[in-house]
Amino acid sequence: MTVVKHTDADTRSSRAPSAPATSRRRIVIALLGLLVVVLAALSVSVGAYTLTPSDLVLTLIGQGSGSDNVIVFRLRLPRVVLGILAGAAFAIAGALFQTILRNDLASPDIIGISGGASVSAATAILVFGASGAIVSLSAFAGALVVAAAIYLLSWRDGVSGYRFVLIGVGVAFLIQSALGYLLTRGEVKEVSQALVWMVGGVGGAKWPDIAVLAGTLVVLLPLVAALAPRLRVLQLGDDTAGGLGVPVEATRLALVGIAVALCATATAFVGPIAFVAFVSAPIARRVVRDGSLALVPSALVGAALVVAADFLAQHALPGELQVPAGILTGVLGAPYLLWLLATTNKGDRSA
Amino acid sequence: MAAGLIEATATATPLASRTRRRLGLLAAVGVLVVVVALSLTLGTRATSIDTVFAALFDPVAGNTDHSVVRDLRVPRTVIGLVVGSALAVAGTIMQGITRNPLADPGLLGVNAGASLFVVVAITFFGVTSPAGYVWFAFAGAAVAAAIVYLVGSLARGGSTPVTLALAGTAMTAGITSIITLLLITDIDTLSNYRFWSVGSLVNRDLDAAVSLLPFLLAGGVLAATIGSTLNVLSLGDDLAKGLGQGVGVSRAIAAAAIVLLCGTATALAGPIVFVGLVIPHLVRPFTGPDYRWILVYSAVLGPVLVLAADTLGRLLAYPGEIEAGLLVALLGAPVLIVIVRRSRMAGL
Repeated sequence: MTVVKHTDADTRSSRAPSAPATSRRRIVIALLGLLVVVLAALSVSVGAYTLTPSDLVLTLIGQGSGSDNVIVFRLRLPRVVLGILAGAAFAIAGALFQTILRNDLASPDIIGISGGASVSAATAILVFGASGAIVSLSAFAGALVVAAAIYLLSWRDGVSGYRFVLIGVGVAFLIQSALGYLLTRGEVKEVSQALVWMVGGVGGAKWPDIAVLAGTLVVLLPLVAALAPRLRVLQLGDDTAGGLGVPVEATRLALVGIAVALCATATAFVGPIAFVAFVSAPIARRVVRDGSLALVPSALVGAALVVAADFLAQHALPGELQVPAGILTGVLGAPYLLWLLATTNKGDRSA
Repeated sequence: MAAGLIEATATATPLASRTRRRLGLLAAVGVLVVVVALSLTLGTRATSIDTVFAALFDPVAGNTDHSVVRDLRVPRTVIGLVVGSALAVAGTIMQGITRNPLADPGLLGVNAGASLFVVVAITFFGVTSPAGYVWFAFAGAAVAAAIVYLVGSLARGGSTPVTLALAGTAMTAGITSIITLLLITDIDTLSNYRFWSVGSLVNRDLDAAVSLLPFLLAGGVLAATIGSTLNVLSLGDDLAKGLGQGVGVSRAIAAAAIVLLCGTATALAGPIVFVGLVIPHLVRPFTGPDYRWILVYSAVLGPVLVLAADTLGRLLAYPGEIEAGLLVALLGAPVLIVIVRRSRMAGL
């Protein structure tokens, strides 16, 4: 499919993926996959008690010693698996939003959906003194309610990307104010606690949580894959897409719904890990450079980002300081995106 | 007939809309005057407008009402005027150069940089008063914006709207992480910083405003001359180049104006968000796409929003206060939603 670009971008990054570009994508996917595996192996092996690679393999295939089993399956593997799943979920949610709304800034952490989860969880912590599952549930509900509110508010014979994004930002700022109010009025110790939740991390990983998140991904990701061709057509603009026979509003609602569900479920278990949703797709697309949606590379970037951030947050900070992973996702992802921006050709795929 | 119709609208519209714009601006100034008057009269201690005039022009030493007006309300009103104007104008410029409706002046990393330097000032230098934060905040804003702009323009072919917007948000992401790290590891820093971070006009230092005046004026002069440049830039980089506009130079000047204006505002009041984003959107239905008009309207309506939020904050939580920075969105967001729902704009 050849598409005439109406931007001034150079022709080298034409939208129709050519054969070499596609093989580049395969290589990138393979390398990113390898990176995730290496990071995961490192995270499971290294710690107060470090496992040798052979111990790790033996333990994973069920031949490990009792203590190795506890360390791997009870302590370290859950947070790694949760990190991979949550990172992928955030990244795909972000990629979907940025593509549907045709704005690179329109990830769920910018347009208020993560904020909805945060304010709801902070209310649970600061006003009702809640913890654990109740905080998770209220975060999930907060994200859904805010997303539904934005969608309904921007509905007028359909939802245009422009309206959705602007109303989302308006709602995001309202939420930020509510959060500011809670954080300045609360007891400072509890505020600190709420802040830690809002940073997001995988420290509290438990297998039942992981099963729920994995189940959500198993249901939703095939749907994303099935809708991806329509998403590409939607990128061409509502009129063109409608002309090509794509049911614009239904597709958009389905994709927004999936993105919100991914983001809300992940947020419920790990908190709104900062900027994974925003940063993953722009990084992946600048590395793949073939003008594709790059959903799989984005998911891998998100997973790698969260696992790496959690590893560094546990081991790399001075003075035995251990902090939630969400602190470091911004520090890790942002400089890399900045570097990519400074070094990549200015003609990029972003419309 | 169709041709005649087009001609007729082509000649009729500018005249009609010019009159409409002028009347609208007059109305906006009227609203600003009313809001300033309310800001001077309302508060925990309500004073009549006569008392306000007496306090301003014929103060009696020892009169409590007079000193409340002169020492508390005049400074916060002046700072509200300055901050509101600066933020709204900076936001207009930001949306102009990035051509992104989500752009606000914070997008250049200004708020994040200022916040980081303030947190560092609290944590490592033990500074705890808003007056002490001023120069840290200003320096932080300038440093962060310089880095964002540099990264944006390092891209081969110079800064584009997309690289600038992404670079700014990425910078904010990185800095926010560092700030949060400092906050959750040091509870004293958190308890000081959280009050500055919401943005407020209370207890701000008028002397600081005076010492920042040169920067503010420089930013104002740049902003006043930038309207037609933004008009050309809004046509797209290629067309702008074709019209002989030095796109890179224009963006650099615009960025300098944003840093000067928004840096000053943030240094004075803390990171008040949303004003710079919302005001240009509220203004466009009245002004049309001409940036010269959007800038003028923004300069008038920015302070209206900030002062209204500040005054409302004094009444809502009587006898306490809610910070202006928190109420700006409460007032502005519903208006934004209504306007966005009504308008037929497809984009910037």
